[in-house]
Amino acid sequence: MAKLPQDVDALIDRYGPHPASAPAGGWDAAANPDRLVKTHCSFCGVQCGIQLKVKQNQVVGFEPWEDFPVNRGMLCPKGVKRYLQGGHPDRLLSPLVRVDGGFREASWDEAMGRVESAIRRIQGQYGPDAFALIGGASLTNEKAYLMGKLARVALKTKNIDYNGRLCMVAAGAASRKAFGIDRAANPWSDLPEARCILIAGSNIGECFPILTDYLWRARDKGAKIIVIDPRATPVGRQADLLLPVRPGRDSALMNGILHVCIERGWIDSAFIEAHTSGFEAVRAAVAEYTPARTAAITGVGAAAIEKAAEMWGTAATSMLIHARGIEHHIHGVDNCLSCINLCLATGKIGKPGSGYAMITGQGNGQGGREHGQRCNQLPSGRDIEDPADRRIVADRWGIDETELPHTGLASTEMMQAIHEGKIRGLLTICFNPLVSLPDSDYTRAALEKLEFFGVIDFFMSETARHADVVLSGSLQEEEEGTVTTAEGRVVHIAQAVTPPGQAREDWKILCDLARRFAPFARFPYACTEDIFRELRSTSRGGKVDYYGITYNRIDRENGVFWPCPEFDHPGTPRLYEGGRFYHPDGKARFHAVEYRPPAEDVDDEYPVIMTSGRVVSQYLSGTQTRRIGPLLDQYPEPMVEMHPKLAARVGVKDGDAVRVTSRRGSLTLKAQVVKSIRPDTIFIPYHWAGEKSANRLTIRALDPTAKIPEYKVCAVRVEKAS
Amino acid sequence: MIDPGLEFFIDPSRCIGCQSCFHACAECDTHRGTSMIHLEYVDRAESVQTVPVVCMHCEDPACANACPADAIKKTADGIVQSALQSRCIGCSNCVLACPFGVPQYVTRIDQMMKCDQCYDRTSTGKRPMCVTVCPSGALAFGTRAEIERLRRERPMDVFRFGPETVLTKVQMMMPAGIAALEVDVADLVAEGGGDGGAQGLEGRLPDFVGR
Repeated sequence: MAKLPQDVDALIDRYGPHPASAPAGGWDAAANPDRLVKTHCSFCGVQCGIQLKVKQNQVVGFEPWEDFPVNRGMLCPKGVKRYLQGGHPDRLLSPLVRVDGGFREASWDEAMGRVESAIRRIQGQYGPDAFALIGGASLTNEKAYLMGKLARVALKTKNIDYNGRLCMVAAGAASRKAFGIDRAANPWSDLPEARCILIAGSNIGECFPILTDYLWRARDKGAKIIVIDPRATPVGRQADLLLPVRPGRDSALMNGILHVCIERGWIDSAFIEAHTSGFEAVRAAVAEYTPARTAAITGVGAAAIEKAAEMWGTAATSMLIHARGIEHHIHGVDNCLSCINLCLATGKIGKPGSGYAMITGQGNGQGGREHGQRCNQLPSGRDIEDPADRRIVADRWGIDETELPHTGLASTEMMQAIHEGKIRGLLTICFNPLVSLPDSDYTRAALEKLEFFGVIDFFMSETARHADVVLSGSLQEEEEGTVTTAEGRVVHIAQAVTPPGQAREDWKILCDLARRFAPFARFPYACTEDIFRELRSTSRGGKVDYYGITYNRIDRENGVFWPCPEFDHPGTPRLYEGGRFYHPDGKARFHAVEYRPPAEDVDDEYPVIMTSGRVVSQYLSGTQTRRIGPLLDQYPEPMVEMHPKLAARVGVKDGDAVRVTSRRGSLTLKAQVVKSIRPDTIFIPYHWAGEKSANRLTIRALDPTAKIPEYKVCAVRVEKAS
Repeated sequence: MIDPGLEFFIDPSRCIGCQSCFHACAECDTHRGTSMIHLEYVDRAESVQTVPVVCMHCEDPACANACPADAIKKTADGIVQSALQSRCIGCSNCVLACPFGVPQYVTRIDQMMKCDQCYDRTSTGKRPMCVTVCPSGALAFGTRAEIERLRRERPMDVFRFGPETVLTKVQMMMPAGIAALEVDVADLVAEGGGDGGAQGLEGRLPDFVGR
């Protein structure tokens, strides 16, 4: 039933994306704001502080917030122009219901009634798990908590998951395995204290631009910077050592570096002995990864591998940071573990200037994975299959433990479950899977099979076009809440304006829906701070302990790092100090990693590796940033980055149209012929939809543990388009 | 009046090409949606190296010297301003004369406008908007002592375009020991005996990009 109600052009004409380039109310409004509101950017996990200019209940501009310590006024172009979402012509101002030939505006009563009756019908006919919910990691902690509780207490479905499945789960699983807890180990303020920084698979200059300043401050103090990336990124260009790894070979490279460290004695045996377990298995596993063999697998020169080991191993302090480049793989968890092994073996963890951090991609990539919207996790990182954890949460929620559902499907598995008829109805918030999931045609076919599809969003995303009901929710600046940044700092998102028209705060929509299925007393919140109070108390005594964090403290202290078990606890910017880890024995665990090839390797038919990622001016599936004119002007449409050697082989010049074909589909885009990429690899940014969508080519292959897709490597054919 | 102890520094070795500076400039009330600065790839085919270009506020500004209407004035604190509306005749001599490509002829108001180092902000103790947002420190505004204490590169303000030497108020951060930047444009055009820039600026001016 969820085929498009009218043709795409008509939908775009009505709901966008249209680019906005001037402030709501024109430049005069921006010049004379009523007030400035201190809050945070709506985009990546750095969560830069920003002051929004507000005029007559509309966000009309920004002013740097120079006192916020993380970014000290700095912003990337997305942060500078984010305010253009305010008063945007595409903004959904009322709930919409599908009718023949499109959508019509509906009252909240009607729209919510339709959602409720669809859920009742589907769950009545096929069982509670036939209706699924998917949330997102741009939601505040309060909304993430609410999503999990809505699913498990009100709808009683086990199938609740989130879009962080495309983002943070490989790193999270690896950290839980190795350290017993899932958070970046060090605050960003440790970066300038490191004398060696190894960046694995993170285009920091474009995806987390503010962190560049931390890198250059380290460099000014003499730090060596190593970048592992198939492309010479803006930071890679300036690195002391660029290791242009063949995509999908990251764990081999890390094993090779550790091999050299062990051979040359650049390990910390006392630390290994006192604070870790499992090293001997790792030593045995990496013994095979000589520089020569590692070079043959990874496409990185043996001398460079030895140099990287020397830089890391001989530095007084070293930090390793990584992002999706090593995580978006069927061996994403292994890749992260291979990085952790290097930190542990060299004792470079839990110290000023020494440690480890994954850089969460989404605004609440950290908090979004802690508070219970994941299919395998209860709030505060509690284990949904652990009897003690289940009892604590069930007691707090006033239900019997047996009523609490068990592990459900990951969001990346749900499309298959829809195809198989196991999931018949779906409600999503903060998710645009038609652009963001791999193999878009498969996702589209799944959406078309749903008996009911509901979407909560503030713009009509490509996915929302398939919905039966679209509930007009809120922009980030339209409700109060908290977000946990990539470094584990809980910050306060201030409500700057109220939602326009008939749009509503997301948390109110979620509570309204929950109260249709559960007693009011289970969802009694009058404000988001009420939800946060419950979240805090549910977390008390757990690993992800927020108990001592309050809205007031966050404002007073520029954010508070969890764990923070008491009101007078200062918070914990740096984890693992003194070599104390979160497993029951207090030790960190090594995990031997054996390199295995990617799901789809190149062959004669598909001889080129394709990898995907971001550009600095766009964010995720582009629902927001493709509606911001100046950001679109900066990089209007995706191009195929390829090396001159590959371009010559396929007879393509810079600017030519090229057709890229994988086993899933085919795209025709312009070539950008540059020397800043490996000759055997092409890169396409993934922020676009339809005929320009990189994910029409990517492969639907998942990491067996984390269920993260292998976005970063698949096999394609590249031809000059006629 | 801008605090005479504060100077503007550009460091291309830190630039990540994000264009925050460009976008933030366009937020100014005086030029609403039009940026007065720009950011260029040196040669994208060769490298991702980019350089932000703000007004260098020359000691002896070519733009003002080329103006037939005497419309371009320099403040006592060394800031070369946009053309005076009452004098500017929109001839664009300044646009052609500037060795750094800074002044813009704005059709809407038939007048030249240019980067004035955010005089509204800097004269009241704030930093310029582009500097404030720059996420890499490629643009900086502070005291020379502070920048020399914190940074690896060193400030330089002498640019030689063939026989012409241009001294600027804005400082370019360079590797230590470089007193002046030689810019021989002939190297970059085919008619000048060069190869039309085929090797890229980075190949010619390795020091310019840091290391």
